Formats: sequence, C-alpha cells, structure tokens
Amino acid sequence: MLNFFKIFKVIAIVLWSAFVVAPFLWALTTSFKTANGVMGGATYLPWVDYEPSLAAWKGLFGSGAGSIDVVGPFTNSLIVTLSASAISLALGTLAAYGLSRFRYKVGPISNTDLTFFFISQRIMPPVVLAIPFFLMLGYFGLLDTIFGLIIVYVALLLPIAVWVMVDFFNNIPRELDETAMIDGCTPFEAFWRVILPNSLPGLVVAGIFCVVFGWNDFFFAFTLTFTNTQLLPVAIVSLNSSVTPWWSLSASALISVAPLIIVAFLVERYLEKGKISVASK
Amino acid sequence: MGYAIQSLNVHINDEPHLIDINLELPNSGVVTIIGRTLAGKTTLLKVLAGLQEVSSGALMKNKKDLLNVPAWERRVGMVYQQFVNYPHLSVRENIVFPLRRAKLNATAIKEKLDYVSELLGLEEYLERNPSELSGGQQQRVALARSLVKDTDLLLLDEPLVNLDYKLREQLREEFRRLFKDSTDRLVVYATTEPAEAMILQGQVVVLHEGRVVQVGECSDVFHFPATTISAQVFNDPPMNLVDGEIADGRICIAESLHVDLPEHLGKLKPGKYTFGIRAMDVVLERDGANAPIILSEVNGSSTIVHLDLSGRSLVLETEGVHHFGETGDVHFSLDASRLYVFSDVEGELVVAPPRKSVLGEKGKQNGQN
Repeated sequence: MLNFFKIFKVIAIVLWSAFVVAPFLWALTTSFKTANGVMGGATYLPWVDYEPSLAAWKGLFGSGAGSIDVVGPFTNSLIVTLSASAISLALGTLAAYGLSRFRYKVGPISNTDLTFFFISQRIMPPVVLAIPFFLMLGYFGLLDTIFGLIIVYVALLLPIAVWVMVDFFNNIPRELDETAMIDGCTPFEAFWRVILPNSLPGLVVAGIFCVVFGWNDFFFAFTLTFTNTQLLPVAIVSLNSSVTPWWSLSASALISVAPLIIVAFLVERYLEKGKISVASK
Repeated sequence: MGYAIQSLNVHINDEPHLIDINLELPNSGVVTIIGRTLAGKTTLLKVLAGLQEVSSGALMKNKKDLLNVPAWERRVGMVYQQFVNYPHLSVRENIVFPLRRAKLNATAIKEKLDYVSELLGLEEYLERNPSELSGGQQQRVALARSLVKDTDLLLLDEPLVNLDYKLREQLREEFRRLFKDSTDRLVVYATTEPAEAMILQGQVVVLHEGRVVQVGECSDVFHFPATTISAQVFNDPPMNLVDGEIADGRICIAESLHVDLPEHLGKLKPGKYTFGIRAMDVVLERDGANAPIILSEVNGSSTIVHLDLSGRSLVLETEGVHHFGETGDVHFSLDASRLYVFSDVEGELVVAPPRKSVLGEKGKQNGQN
C-alpha cells in the first residue's frame, strides 16, 4: 500500500515536472533558431533537426541589425522591483506588527478594519487604478520615470506584505514580546531584537510575493511609461512587430524568468523551515 | 511600606477579570496567589509586571505610583507557564539578554551568568539552543533569565504546570531553596496547587472569579479558611462541603448521617449550616455509615474514593493503594472533631476545629519568642 502510494507520487511528480518544464525547453530550443528554423515545421534538437544560431541572443544585447537592447529594461525592472519590494517589506512589516500587537480605535474603526483597508487595495482590478495613477503621476511630473514607477509599485505590493506579515506575527506568541519588555526592551526594541529575528520565514514569503508580483507586472509598466524607462515585460512585448520574431521572444522570455528562478533556489531552504514555535507542548 | 494595590479593576473586552482588589504586599519574601483556572491570577501578575492596563484603581510601591512606569523600567522578572525563551538565541544569550539591555560590562555579565547557570545546573547547556532542551531545562532557562538581573519583583505564573510529575517535585524543592531567604525581592507565585503554596510557605492570597477571598499566612489559611471557596481552593482534594443541621445536640448531615456534636461545636446555635471536612478526615470504618461508590482513583501513594451521600458528593482519602471496584458500598465515618462549620447562605467560616497539637504548640511558642 505504501509502495503503491510512493510510486503514484513519483509518477505524478514526473508528469507535473514535464508539464512545467516543457515550455521552457521549447523556448530554449527556439531561441537558438533562425527564421527558417522556426517556419519549417516543428524541430527539436539543435544540430540534428536544425542549425543553431546565436543571432537571437546577440540581438538582445544590442548588436546586429533590427535588434532590441534588453539590458536597459532589465536594469530598470531590477531597480523598480527591488526598491519597491524593499520599501513595501520595511513599511509592511512595521504596519503588520502594529496591527498584530496594538489595539487601535478611532470611532468605529478598529484593527480589523485597518487590516481590511490594506488588503482591500487589491480587491479592484488594476484597470480601475490606471487612470488615477496616470493623472497623479502626470500631475507630479513622474510619468515615465523610475521613481514614479516605484511609488506605484509600493502601493501595489504593500498590501501583500502587510497581509502576509500580520498573519505571521499573529502566530508568534505575545508572551515573547512581553518577556522582551520585562527584560528591559522598549516595544520597538522588542520588535527589533526579538520578533524580527524570529520572523525570517515570514519575511522570505512576503519578499517572494513582492518580487514576483513586481517583476511580472505588465499593466502599470505599460500604461505609466512611454520610451525612457521601459520595463522588461513591456520591452519584450514591443519586440512583436509585423513578423513575430519567435527566436528573440524566446530568448528574452528566458532572460525575464531567470531572476525568479534564481530567487526560488536561494530561498527554498527558508520556505521548508516553516513556522517557528516558541511555546512547547 | 511595600506594594499596595488599591480598588483595582481590570476589564478585558468588557469582561471583568479583576474586581475591586485591595492588597498589601511586602517588599520581600514570598507571596503565593492561589486560585482555580481563570480566577484572575495571570491578570494580577501582569498588572504587577506592567503588561496589563487597568480599568481603575492604583498600584503603589513605597507610596509611589507604579502604574505609570512601563514594564521595561519596572525591575521585574516573570516566568510563564509556557516555556518562553528567545528561539533565535543560545541558552547563554537568552540568560544574559536582560543584562545586555541593562548595559552591564562584560565582567559583570560573566560573573552573574556563572552564578545563575551554576545555581540552576545549566552550565553544560549554555551553547545549545533552547529548543534542544527538555521542558524542565527550558523552564530553568526562563527562570535563570528572570533571576540573573537585579529585580524588586519576581513573578511566577504556574511555572510547573506544563512539566511532568517528577520534574515538578524536583523544581518545587528548588524553588523552596531559592526563595526561602528572599530578602531583597518579593516573589509572587501563582498556582492552582495547595501543595506548592505549602512548600513555599509565606503569605497566601486566595483569588476566586477576580476577587480576593482571603489573605493570610499559609498555615492560617489552611487551618482557618475564611469561606467555603477558600476551603475548596486550598485543599487537594477540595474540602468536602455538605449541608446539614444542628438540632437536639446532634448534627444531621445530608439528611441522612447523624453525628454527635463534638466538643468544639458545643456552643453553636441550632440551625442550618454548611459542614466542611477534609477528605483525609473521612475514614474507613467497618461499623460506620455506608454509601455507594461513584469513582475511586489512586493519587500518588493514597487512594481517593468519591461517594454518593444522599445525592451529595463526599470524597474520602485513605493512605495506601486500594482497589474499591466500580460499584458497591463503602463503610466510613466522619472524624467529627475535624468538622468545619460555615454559615448556610454566605459560606463564611463560623467555627474551625482546633489546630492539631504539634503545629499549634509550635505556633504558640514562636509567638511568645
């Protein structure tokens, strides 16, 4: 019975992995093709099925005719995503700690309402926010700037950070904060010296969410920029002209996925650790 | 001098947790707060620690208001019933954490760490992580952290409740040794177990449903429980309380059991009362009354039998391990000279039996000296 289950599990994992990995392999092999290689029907193996070419990859770094440089958009994406994620994580963690540990009461508004206020920022579809954001950035002269994009992305990522961290802090026993205060910590020191060092798994999860959402966003990168500060997803789509350059699209798609794959491998071990427990029994 | 709690009320989410508490606590020594679960013991300790906002009332120390002093400036230590240690720090760093916050120099820290880790037998575990220790050792680390710093007040909130029986016995003894001569700080120990209060001696505060029921020396509370609640909380198993009546020079308990009026109850007016008797003063006797068994259990080295006395519960405790089976009758008698009498409605103590000679004599002699 156990063995049967094990075999079933392995088969399921293999099938799922193939399902997930296949598109990447397809993109990888396509990125080494030329126009002839793509149009001549399905081919799979370089050197055997078709003659590999580095043209698509060279094109991405700005050399060769008709190519588009992705280095600039890649850097822009990196700066915007990392800055916005870092700011969201810092502000979100502080806000979440406050919401988890202190009681606020202003008229009928209390903690749960405040938490809902943060999360409700993600309830409406992004299209609703496009025009307000466009007008606001335009008013402050921040359209098509990295700074403007960071502000917008913080607004998008902050709810995620707050949501993840409130839940995480609620699972840390309050006695830990109290003990820290009895041991001479002010409330902020209790947060900084005791709660934060024990919150690494939560910070990692929140950080991943922020980076993934930020890096993958196309909509605001598209609506709030023109030509000066293109982000990677927009740059990739703009490759598409009258003739679809499948090889360039494949190569740039792989480049855009690469950072997330690296992040996934780096944080894997933190995710496995899971929650900390303070009180035994 | 010492601590004064004045008309203290604490409401949490509109639920009263402490109601009109008035208490005087000394500056040193041991005070045991005893009460059932949810009696308000933890809330009271948190008020003393500065972790709980109060709804009204005052907490003074040497005539100074303590309520405005935040927890981190109060010079208190606290040990919880859960084993609370800092998971990201080693045992060593856990213990010296409060010293580092107080910005002590390295030599002083080393000195205090050595002293405390030796006192509690933690020397060999200093480099480990708290999660790698057993429950008893984890609780010792928490205790070490609260003992290592100079505090005026040490609060222990049922520190033994999550430990197994053996460890509990062992740590109990350690507590007695540690706190016996607590001349420089006040130890406040909250517990549900009368045995722990007995071992620690000192002053006892009986708490029930957020109110103080009785305050007194440990042996006084044991011998003269002010109310039926005190009598139940401060005895394990709880003191038997059965309704009865004194008439015609005899006592009729539970409408069925007739007992001759003992000497110490001789002056009592006839009428209805609540009679209290400890489980160990209900003795097995072949010629005595009989009652059916509800339940019998072995507790350590004694056996506890729950009897059905005309619809009232009566608990009998006898030395040794005996098997009474699930059903059947038990013959027993009450040691009438050990009967407590409480008023019928309010449950206040009317007459207590005289102290047993050994303790009584000693108490008197001490009084004279």
